[in-house]
Amino acid sequence: MKYTIQQIFQSGKFITGFSIFMTILLIVIIYPLVIPDPPLKIIAQGTFFEPGIYVNVYDSINTPFYTLNLDEAADRRIANRLGDEDRQAIKEWLVGNGMPEAEIDPANTEQLLDQWFNNFDPTVRLPGMTNADRNYYIRLNNNIQGLLNTSGAVIAELDEETAVLTEKATVPQSAYVNVNDVPNVRVLPLGTDNFGRDVLTELVRATGVSLQIGLVAGSIATLIGLVLGLVSGYIGGFVDDTIMFVTNLFTVIPSFVLLILISFSISQEQRGATTIAVVIGFTSWVWTARAVRSQVISLRNRDHVNLSKLSGHSITHIIVRDILPYIASYVVMALILQISSGILAEAGLSILGLGPKTTDVPTLGLMMNWAMIYQAHILGKWWAYFPIIITIALIAFSMNLMNTGLDQVFNPALRD
Amino acid sequence: MADQRKSCLTGKGVTKEFGFGRTKTVAVDNVDFDFKEGEVISIVGESGSGKTTLAKMLLGLISVTKGDIYFQGEPRDISSQRKRRTYWTQIQAIFQDPFASYNIFNKIDSVLLDCIKMRGGARLPYEQKVEMMTEACSFVNLKFAELTNKYPFELSGGQQQRLMIARIFLLKPKVLIADEPTSMIDACSRATILDMLMSLRNEVGMTPIFITHDIGLAYYVSDTVYIMEKGKFVESGSADDVILRPQQPYTKRLINDVPKIYEEWDLSTV
Repeated sequence: MKYTIQQIFQSGKFITGFSIFMTILLIVIIYPLVIPDPPLKIIAQGTFFEPGIYVNVYDSINTPFYTLNLDEAADRRIANRLGDEDRQAIKEWLVGNGMPEAEIDPANTEQLLDQWFNNFDPTVRLPGMTNADRNYYIRLNNNIQGLLNTSGAVIAELDEETAVLTEKATVPQSAYVNVNDVPNVRVLPLGTDNFGRDVLTELVRATGVSLQIGLVAGSIATLIGLVLGLVSGYIGGFVDDTIMFVTNLFTVIPSFVLLILISFSISQEQRGATTIAVVIGFTSWVWTARAVRSQVISLRNRDHVNLSKLSGHSITHIIVRDILPYIASYVVMALILQISSGILAEAGLSILGLGPKTTDVPTLGLMMNWAMIYQAHILGKWWAYFPIIITIALIAFSMNLMNTGLDQVFNPALRD
Repeated sequence: MADQRKSCLTGKGVTKEFGFGRTKTVAVDNVDFDFKEGEVISIVGESGSGKTTLAKMLLGLISVTKGDIYFQGEPRDISSQRKRRTYWTQIQAIFQDPFASYNIFNKIDSVLLDCIKMRGGARLPYEQKVEMMTEACSFVNLKFAELTNKYPFELSGGQQQRLMIARIFLLKPKVLIADEPTSMIDACSRATILDMLMSLRNEVGMTPIFITHDIGLAYYVSDTVYIMEKGKFVESGSADDVILRPQQPYTKRLINDVPKIYEEWDLSTV
């Protein structure tokens, strides 16, 4: 036993899978301790805020300013505030004014502004230009002049009674605040979802719930399959025929269809995460039962079983002590695969809207469902669905790796 | 004289069929036998002749399709777990492959303790159990002190087969069915194992039944020999009669097939 475990941890595939899985598990356990926010709390007013660091504006104004004289600051500010449409308009005017198109690069802010100030003349009327167009370019010019303005922004306070703005302070353009001084900074590494909830907190909780669903579903499926397989394989005869009849019935009906029908017949209010896990467990034991049965059939005529019979052991003793240990490795592998397929089944059900009720806990499938309903994929809000896909893939991948690694240890013919 | 001795295992029309319809095979075909108590019996045949199937039926490990088996003159009743358990205190077996005969997850102690338990010694003080196990092990030239907390697969094939004999020593059955007990053992250990089985027979007073393909071994150990071909007994009688004066061509072939060290092999009969 000790030797086997040692051997398992020498298998590269198993270690890789195990480390990935353990990392996910550790994050799921430790993250809620560090950030104890409720995962389903709506924090954002609006949908799909981009991932990033959110700094409170009001607090930053009231924190002490530091003056940093940086060369690039002004250029960067202008580049950021000059929109794509304005750049295109500038280019059109310059080309209309006779400048070769090749010389103009709308992405190069400094060169573009140089060309504009050297050439623009509000009195020039280009061919084909309407009055409205001319006014537009005059307004654009004023805007750009405004961008180049070097005076600071005034902070004013509103007098409640007289509605008079009183100047309180001026923020020069070279004023900076230290983020550490600002009391309210919220990092949203994966932004917010359609309801305005922090995607990362939700994702971590959802991963935990999905793992629990997988574990419960996998354990139930493996337990049912193991017991039925052992009984039907060892006892044989009529018992075997009956169990195999039921098993074959379940094999012929695709289990996912069965899963959909059962989930559908349970009302939304009653579908908790546990209910879904149990339903998944009760529909996916079939292959474990068949596999265990065939293993038991090959074992039951072995001499060590005969010897155990001759030693007067009961059927239960023989099944538990002489057959179960020989298929234990196989059952562990089946369990790992069942857990992983349980997680996938939950995701599949939830995407169809037949998953656990949505008010209780998030699951990976539910998050996918929300992202799909609110069209995150069409709007290009990748952070609402891509991290979930990666998580599901990582869990399934790590479990399959562990399974393959175990397989290679237990089945020497597969070693490379 | 032979008829006055008590019968220990008797079979009437014993048949075993596997499968049904077109895939039906008759492994043991309507055989009658009468094994006397105290004799050494050999059942000799090629592989596939049905001798192991017959042995398993005698042991009650597989059901009999047709026919009756009598144990010590009485019809054998193994319909319940309790009756089977009683039956197995009287009849025991040694299997062909020592490496496959033990549960690799159980230690040697538990193999021997099971035997003491079966003889009704479950409540004996542990010291006495150790004494019994030590005695059994020393009978087969093994040291119990060295075997404790070891697993059977840590022993050599010969040692494992000797441990199997120690098991029989503890169980003291009336009948021992030895299914090719030496075919997986090297030639030097073979004689040791056979000698141990024979002295165990004298010690315990049991009836050994050897199942073997080796007609030389059968002649070496047995009083009565049954020759089995395609599920039927083709010839039977005392070892001298059957092996020195064979009547059936099949028996002659089996005898000719025994390799002889000092002669050229006659491959024409193969």
